[in-house]
Amino acid sequence: MRARQVLYTAGFIAALLIFWQALYWIFGARVLTPPWTTFANAWNMLKMPDYWPDLGESIRAFLIALIFAFGMGTIGGIVIGAWRACSEVLEPLLVNINTVPKVALYPVILLIFGLGIWSKVVFGVLHGVIPIMISSIGAVRNVNPIYVRCGRTMHLTHWQMLRRVWVPACVPEIFSGLRLGFSLTLLGTIFGEFFASQKGVGFLLMNAIDLRNIPTIMSLILILVVFAVLSNSALLAVDRRLHRTQA
Amino acid sequence: MPDATRTVHARVEGVTRIYPGRSGQPPVNALGPIDLDLYKGEFLSIVGPSGCGKSTFLELLAGLAEPTAGTIEFEGRAVRGQVPEGVGVVFQEDSSFPWLTVWDNVAFGLENEGVDPAETKRRTDFAVGFMGLTDFAKSYPAQLSGGMRQRVCIARTLVLQPRLILLDEPFAALDQQTRLLMGDELLRLWRETGATILLITHALDEAAMLSDRVAAMSARPGRLLEIIPTGWPAERDSRIVEDARFGTITARLWTILRDESMKAIGRTESRESA
Amino acid sequence: MTRYAWMRLGIVVGAGVILEILCRTGVIPRLIMIPPSEMLASAWQILASGEFKGDFYFSLLNIAFAIGLSVAGGFLTGLAIYSVPLLRATLEPFLTSYSAVPPIIFYPMLIVIFGLNRIPQIIIAVMFGLVPMAINTINGLYRIRPVFLKVGRAHRVSALASVFRIQLPAAAPYLFVGVTLAVSYSVIGVISTEFILSASGIGHQISFAYDNYDNRAMYGLVVLLLAIATLLNSTLRYYSHRMLQRWTR
Repeated sequence: MRARQVLYTAGFIAALLIFWQALYWIFGARVLTPPWTTFANAWNMLKMPDYWPDLGESIRAFLIALIFAFGMGTIGGIVIGAWRACSEVLEPLLVNINTVPKVALYPVILLIFGLGIWSKVVFGVLHGVIPIMISSIGAVRNVNPIYVRCGRTMHLTHWQMLRRVWVPACVPEIFSGLRLGFSLTLLGTIFGEFFASQKGVGFLLMNAIDLRNIPTIMSLILILVVFAVLSNSALLAVDRRLHRTQA
Repeated sequence: MPDATRTVHARVEGVTRIYPGRSGQPPVNALGPIDLDLYKGEFLSIVGPSGCGKSTFLELLAGLAEPTAGTIEFEGRAVRGQVPEGVGVVFQEDSSFPWLTVWDNVAFGLENEGVDPAETKRRTDFAVGFMGLTDFAKSYPAQLSGGMRQRVCIARTLVLQPRLILLDEPFAALDQQTRLLMGDELLRLWRETGATILLITHALDEAAMLSDRVAAMSARPGRLLEIIPTGWPAERDSRIVEDARFGTITARLWTILRDESMKAIGRTESRESA
Repeated sequence: MTRYAWMRLGIVVGAGVILEILCRTGVIPRLIMIPPSEMLASAWQILASGEFKGDFYFSLLNIAFAIGLSVAGGFLTGLAIYSVPLLRATLEPFLTSYSAVPPIIFYPMLIVIFGLNRIPQIIIAVMFGLVPMAINTINGLYRIRPVFLKVGRAHRVSALASVFRIQLPAAAPYLFVGVTLAVSYSVIGVISTEFILSASGIGHQISFAYDNYDNRAMYGLVVLLLAIATLLNSTLRYYSHRMLQRWTR
């Protein structure tokens, strides 16, 4: 079964690459660069020191945003979730706020934080923190009360309850939230770089538009796509393992 | 009906159902061979241990599944591939459509067949009233109890005036008291419509108290071991349990089926340990 | 309204009041934020005067196109994937990972190919919204209880009638979730592309106002944008809630 799945995935990727190549043959170099060339360009780009400051800037912004989003999201969510009244009030509010297109607030953030790395970080955090918080609240609140009662009948100490009941029960759902938050934070940070930045991968992409530099545009897109897919797949694998213990 | 005119309403001959094995597994003989004559207007129950193929049998008779071998006839015509006109089916799980009101649920079959609105209204109102759902006609199934929802499903089947009604453990999800009352409802339905009824159930007492005949099915592959006529009068209800014969019949059923039930469990156990 | 709902309202109003005070007293400089009351006044004025009418039409039309294409395309894609087992086996893992890649990164490429007009914007918005709709369509069809289809057969319902009388209604809650997501993402897709680079549209005007330090216009437009999005989402959520109430105990 697994082997068949791998086969299908490989087949699909191959089909995509062939499709890409075919588009190139139809539309020409003014519009696209073919797969092999793009991969080669991307690889060269990663090796060239010229690009490292921008790559570094992007990675830094993303990591900082991730730390804030994960930290604030999980801790905030757990605290809110643990206190019933608080979660009853706040959770619907958070869900509502989440449906608001956060893009609308971007100019406001720029005004407050200026054009540097912190705007990007806040963009990223803004996208990721609320879903993570909602997930964490749900994880804590949805712990089956039976488990807690079992723990009490076994006279577990507070610390033991935490370690052996609460944490294992909450972790899978919190992690799913983190996985989602990861992608959203990435979205926010990249968007920040598009909108207002003088450095970073997003900025390079915007720059390349003016120069109509197709090869650069496609290589950068490829780098971003590969990064996003690989990191998400890794997180997904961990997510699946964590959820194996769930029904 | 008081004295079932012994015309054969549906006939099953040499029917088997074999499921092909999944990759590498041997084929599963789910049912058969079965021979059964269903007489017009009778109330027949089939009881048997879990997994013996009772539901499969019902689906074959209804035309929802095809037998691997053998013939099935309803009113003299072969049943193949689709549910014949005149046959109604009530399923085990609640199958009322949650997106329709009770009234719309019941009217579903008529509207599907394009019956004109006035006629639809008349027949639907009647079926809804017959099953005691008039006060709930505008409610949605989600707002009703399990027993009421099954009544909706029965009304939905009734409205098409079927001559043969097949019920697959319709009361399985209900508590015992509700079951007994629903049994009385079923008897009333049977008397007033004159339809032939085939009831699949795992409850021996239910079969014994409701039916004209009870067929005991063996463990898988299900075969009919014995058919016990009850001899009850048509005007009966759940209080028939006071009759001494009720105990005898139920005891006889259990004698036949106790071994079969143990076989069913035993088989499950050995399969698990394999 | 429940006690908790009042508290929520209180929090929102309270936040607004605090913001108003902070702005009016100068703790938050005007260059960064104008008081919420002035934001609302500006929004009202823009609406009444029809100041940015052309841009609103441009954006709303794009959003409408994007919603239509996302919902229709997503539904058909989901239907196709659900019906063809090979497609399902191949594509399902990709669908769930689709959200990993922010479609916005393709915008530069599309601009170079199609030019700076509504086409790249709509394409990006559809890239945002189509897949969630497809996923929910697949889910919805998958979760149709088999007994409903059996009831259809017991009533001798034709295949076509079964689709419209049983399958679509049975899948409706999930389809609705898909539509809600498609709407949300279409708005996000269109507006964000307008922010980044566009010749017209609400997003473009907000960006323009930002560049020119025109906080009045900028905040007014932001408020209107939030109002439109909230209106759309609330309407959808209201109907979704009503549907769910009928369906569940």
